[in-house]
Amino acid sequence: MGNQTNILIVGVGGQGTLLTSRIIADVAVQLGYDVKVSEIHGMAQRGGSVVSQVRYGDKIYSPIIKKGDADIILAFEKLEAARWLDYLKPDGMVIINNERVNPLPVMSGKMKYPDDIHEKVGALVPDTMIIDASTIAEKCGNQRAANVVLVGVLSRVIGLPVDEVKKAIERLVPSKALEINLKAFQQGFSH
Amino acid sequence: MKRLMIGNEAIARGAYEAGATVATAYPGTPSTEIVSNFARNEGVYAEWSPNEKVAVEVAAGASIGGARTLVAMKHVGVNVAADPLYTFAYTGVTGGLVIVSADDPGMHSSQNEQDNRGYGRFAKIPVIEPSDSQEAKDFTKLAFDLSEQFDTPVMLRITTRLAHSQTLVEEGERLAIPLKEYKKDAPKYVMLPAFARSRHIEVEKRMQALAEYAETSELNRIEWNDPDLGIITSGVVYQYVKEALPEASVLKLGMTNPLPMGLIKEFASKVKRLVVIEELEPVIEEQIKAHGISCEGKELFTLLGEYSPELLETVFKGKKPGSYGLESQIPPRPPLLCPGCPHRGVFYTLNKMKLIVTGDIGCYTLGALSPLEGMDTCICMGSSIGASIGLEKARGEKFAKRLVAVIGDSTFVHSGITPLIDMVYNQGTSTVIILDNDTTAMTGHQDHPATGLTITKAPTKKLDIEALVKAVGIPNVRIVDPLNLPQLKEALEEELKRREPSVIIAKRPCVLINKQKTTDKYYVDSELCKGCKLCLKVGCTGVSFMDQEKVAVMNDNCAGCGLCPQVCTFDAIKRVEG
Repeated sequence: MGNQTNILIVGVGGQGTLLTSRIIADVAVQLGYDVKVSEIHGMAQRGGSVVSQVRYGDKIYSPIIKKGDADIILAFEKLEAARWLDYLKPDGMVIINNERVNPLPVMSGKMKYPDDIHEKVGALVPDTMIIDASTIAEKCGNQRAANVVLVGVLSRVIGLPVDEVKKAIERLVPSKALEINLKAFQQGFSH
Repeated sequence: MKRLMIGNEAIARGAYEAGATVATAYPGTPSTEIVSNFARNEGVYAEWSPNEKVAVEVAAGASIGGARTLVAMKHVGVNVAADPLYTFAYTGVTGGLVIVSADDPGMHSSQNEQDNRGYGRFAKIPVIEPSDSQEAKDFTKLAFDLSEQFDTPVMLRITTRLAHSQTLVEEGERLAIPLKEYKKDAPKYVMLPAFARSRHIEVEKRMQALAEYAETSELNRIEWNDPDLGIITSGVVYQYVKEALPEASVLKLGMTNPLPMGLIKEFASKVKRLVVIEELEPVIEEQIKAHGISCEGKELFTLLGEYSPELLETVFKGKKPGSYGLESQIPPRPPLLCPGCPHRGVFYTLNKMKLIVTGDIGCYTLGALSPLEGMDTCICMGSSIGASIGLEKARGEKFAKRLVAVIGDSTFVHSGITPLIDMVYNQGTSTVIILDNDTTAMTGHQDHPATGLTITKAPTKKLDIEALVKAVGIPNVRIVDPLNLPQLKEALEEELKRREPSVIIAKRPCVLINKQKTTDKYYVDSELCKGCKLCLKVGCTGVSFMDQEKVAVMNDNCAGCGLCPQVCTFDAIKRVEG
């Protein structure tokens, strides 16, 4: 299949996973790769578990990543990292935002949130990284820029050129939020 | 330079480049972005129609009027539009007409997963299936040519995965296609029996000509590889075949009605093992078998849901993906109504009053899920009111004292008006709640006739739902605030008692539009909270429960709607003053 990078971005509807996948995909296009991105709209977006998939390389066929074939899982929420873990390659990497969002069965007291879930993931996947993206984003001026902090972390890990990522952020983020987002990216990148 | 586009944007672009000047649709996942993207072009007309039947009728008129026309809908929308579609298939077109059916294998956001390639055979129109965004654009353009060449509406059939995947697209120039001349041609366009009989002859001739065209069309191609395994496939599944079975020879069908039987026979004769891989129904497989060609298909593959590259690997190579075994510890995360959603007050009340509720299609269908559980039925767009009439006729008037139909504003305009007329005409006595949140929320906040804005946000005459309901003869109509629980409960109690039909309009805009969030903030007075968890019954992510402290707390998700304070019997949830 030649060189391919498969990134699974998972989280909770409303956390901003779509912007992250669009920034990464935009950079990959600028670098001249074949790129495919898959996302799901509609009912699942209403606070449900969401996933977007970014694939790039010399030639990409399927827009969805095979189970067991993701190089990286970028999780905006801890439980979601665990939910999608079977998509990871045997030597793949998991980046987890240290954020807990209780799903409805937990809020209503019918089920327990597994408190140590990120540790369980860490025990199964040696290459696991935990990031306090929301805290970092808050220090940059807005907690909502956590998704761009995670873009920074991811960009460093997969070796995307900083200038290209910044240009992509400039293209995709509204101008009034740009300064905070560029700061958030930088903080994530140098984390 | 190539640009990433979702399949839906690529279809809109294809129609634009083909010179289309009219596009119509009713929003429906996964089709919505087709016409919303088309509407952004200069010099075109686009509309949100009240429903898919009207969309196809407007499109048919535009085509007869000489314009290249695009009409798009989700798979179940084609059911609504089937009546004009089947007969427009007889009349044929003047300007090219392409109808997009966006099917939803896996039911990401739908109530069934019907395979609309069946419509192609049934209505006798060609069906075209692209496999990525570039093809979505190119095939759309070609579909307009075919429509005019063969005098037929053409169905472009896509699936969710194509509609919402971004792949690279090379944009082209818009063709300058002049409006075709309008000529009165009653034998072609007036479908009374004598004329329709001669049109049916044309339809059969056309299908034969299309079958010949399919044999040499650029839409269908063979990719030779190892002849030991030959795969016949179409749509996005082609990409899974290339991913999982790179060694196989492939007959990729871009046109799946009519099928190129000669090409298929040739391919079959040159491969050792022939397998048809198609999501949902064995549409291709059964026709191939009917032509005496032996192949494998649904004995290997499921009729259910979406396929994936790993499914193909499992079937052909026995490769099963590994598992970390964490699933059993992970609570599910179902979608749910947003914090501040006005529907929550309605479903909380319906559940609390233990009413029988016929539901409908929209965000509010989520009111069926725990803990609100305020819905008994949901079948299709507009079904709530008819189902309520039927329940009453089957079980009697006493039953109707506990019977409520619930329908959103956009859904009511789509197909709730005629059943409401039936309720008046045939003397039903149940109560209908119209959940008027001033938008089509589920599909991404599209306007509709009762919002007073068009697809381009231009002001237009606003449909007055209250006046309409009164005009069809509903004697009791009242407007309530769905987040005012005492008002809502009182209205329900009074209207259900009556021996005549009633409509309650529960009016409050969707919390996600026009920054509806108030600045109100609430907190839980932990001294007063008894830990009874009654506030959790509203099923809102804005309030959570601390297991150790045994008290509820408000969190950042709270939209300040003020619903949970009305539910708390200890007055422990208080508004932050000032």
